[in-house]
Amino acid sequence: MNVHESRFPAVSRWLHWLMAVMVLTMLFLGVGMAASVSERYRFLVAIHRPLGLAVLVLVAIRLINRLLNPPPPLPDSIPSLQRVAAKASHVLLYALMFIMPLLGWGMLSAAPYPIVIYGSLRLPPILPQNPALYALLRQLHTDFAYFLFAVFLAHLGAALLHGLIRRDGVFESMALWGRRR
Amino acid sequence: MNEPSDSIDQRAPLTGARALVRFAVIGAVLLAALGAFAYAGGWLSPHRLTQARMMAAFQSAGGNHPGFRRNHAKGLCVTGWFESNGNAATLSKAAVFAPGRVPLIGRFALAGGMPFQADAPATVRSMALRFLPPGGGEWRTGMNNIPVFAVNSAQGFYEQLLASKPDPASGKPSPAAMQEFLARHPETVRALTLIRARTISSSFADSTYNSLDAFRFVNASGISVPVRWAAVPVQEVLPESGAQRTNADKNYLFDELIARIQRQPQQWRLVLTIGQPGDPTDDATLPWPEDRRHVDAGLVSIDRVASEDNASCTDVNYDPLVLPPGIEPSDDPLLSARSAAYARSFTLRAGEKRKKPPSAVTTQDVQAGGLR
Repeated sequence: MNVHESRFPAVSRWLHWLMAVMVLTMLFLGVGMAASVSERYRFLVAIHRPLGLAVLVLVAIRLINRLLNPPPPLPDSIPSLQRVAAKASHVLLYALMFIMPLLGWGMLSAAPYPIVIYGSLRLPPILPQNPALYALLRQLHTDFAYFLFAVFLAHLGAALLHGLIRRDGVFESMALWGRRR
Repeated sequence: MNEPSDSIDQRAPLTGARALVRFAVIGAVLLAALGAFAYAGGWLSPHRLTQARMMAAFQSAGGNHPGFRRNHAKGLCVTGWFESNGNAATLSKAAVFAPGRVPLIGRFALAGGMPFQADAPATVRSMALRFLPPGGGEWRTGMNNIPVFAVNSAQGFYEQLLASKPDPASGKPSPAAMQEFLARHPETVRALTLIRARTISSSFADSTYNSLDAFRFVNASGISVPVRWAAVPVQEVLPESGAQRTNADKNYLFDELIARIQRQPQQWRLVLTIGQPGDPTDDATLPWPEDRRHVDAGLVSIDRVASEDNASCTDVNYDPLVLPPGIEPSDDPLLSARSAAYARSFTLRAGEKRKKPPSAVTTQDVQAGGLR
């Protein structure tokens, strides 16, 4: 049996779970508001924009944290193909957490819509007005959202596999509260 | 306890029946997550009114016209300015209401999803304005020449669209479908009585355009009041005449507007109506009492006109929720519905720009000064 010695540092674990909640909230808000014509629509939009900005800020902090606090190595029991899959899915998750808010900011800029964060706090546009570019970015925002949800499902499935069946300590390495020996 | 504190308990991997049960649990968790996502997106609720269904209803009532707005499809671009007199600055801290001049990008249009419909007196006319104060605090509004709106909910609007769907045989809406719709919507019956009783004027230029929805104005002290607004013409108001009704020019209203604007700027007073406690802010089919306080906020002047085919209003979504600090949405559910539907319409037509044929009112029409 391979022993997996260490966990992620506390700051990494807290960032992970905080962002997990935020990103999932964003995905559900997003898919909900894109379908809605109800009175909830404007409230969903009003949460989606500042939360998206918060994700962008936090993922930058998280990337810096990851460089300063590298993740613990995976247990030796994990085959190399799975190591590659794990690495690739984590790169994708980081990339999508950067891309999604930037696509949102960019598409609102190109529309153009005022990018209201809260009250009179508004972000400047990052792209010039261009309807065709807006249409493209708006479509990509949807497509990447579905892709992000799919990668999330894979990530969740893998985490549960490690925690419930393989029991190799990978799940516990990211858990906020875990069993220690 | 000599072990390092960050080491983790290790146990043997599960195998056999217990592993199978846990595989099933994992599968169930993933399915539940996927199902919740699909539910939020409306895919599991075929009867939920979504943006896509609203767009489909516009198409069933007005046809498929790539590149055009799904509603108020036939229009004309204008520009001008708003001269604020400062009267509204005590009611709202919005930059547009400070004394001074604000550039405007506007659009006049006819209601309906048909971009090539013939102008007709009773067709609802609209004026949309985008106020662009130089220091920020953009404001967009779309107003109609009717005293109240015909419906008070997204569902009512949707059902009205479906009831307006032309019968393939006659090319006209089925009276039975409209009767059935009205039987279920007494608020629309009441509103249509007021809408039909309005005096229809002769021109886009002598029409009064109403915000219909209520908003809230917030001043620098944080005091909030319900407000509806209207653009009231400075030009003399003439009732529409029978001669106009038989005009052979399918764009006679637009052509007349072009000629007027090219002759001299056309002007409207921006008049705010201040609601009192108890005035309905969540129901655009209900008028407010006549004796409510009015505030003249300034003068809208329109001095330039251009076809949609070469002017910037074409790329503006006149989303009623693009509001500056100092103007806030009310509890009117139509505001969210309009914002959501306009956004979807804008996204669709922005992606269809290359497929869009020339607009009904062409660049040549504008160059000809509205005379043909």
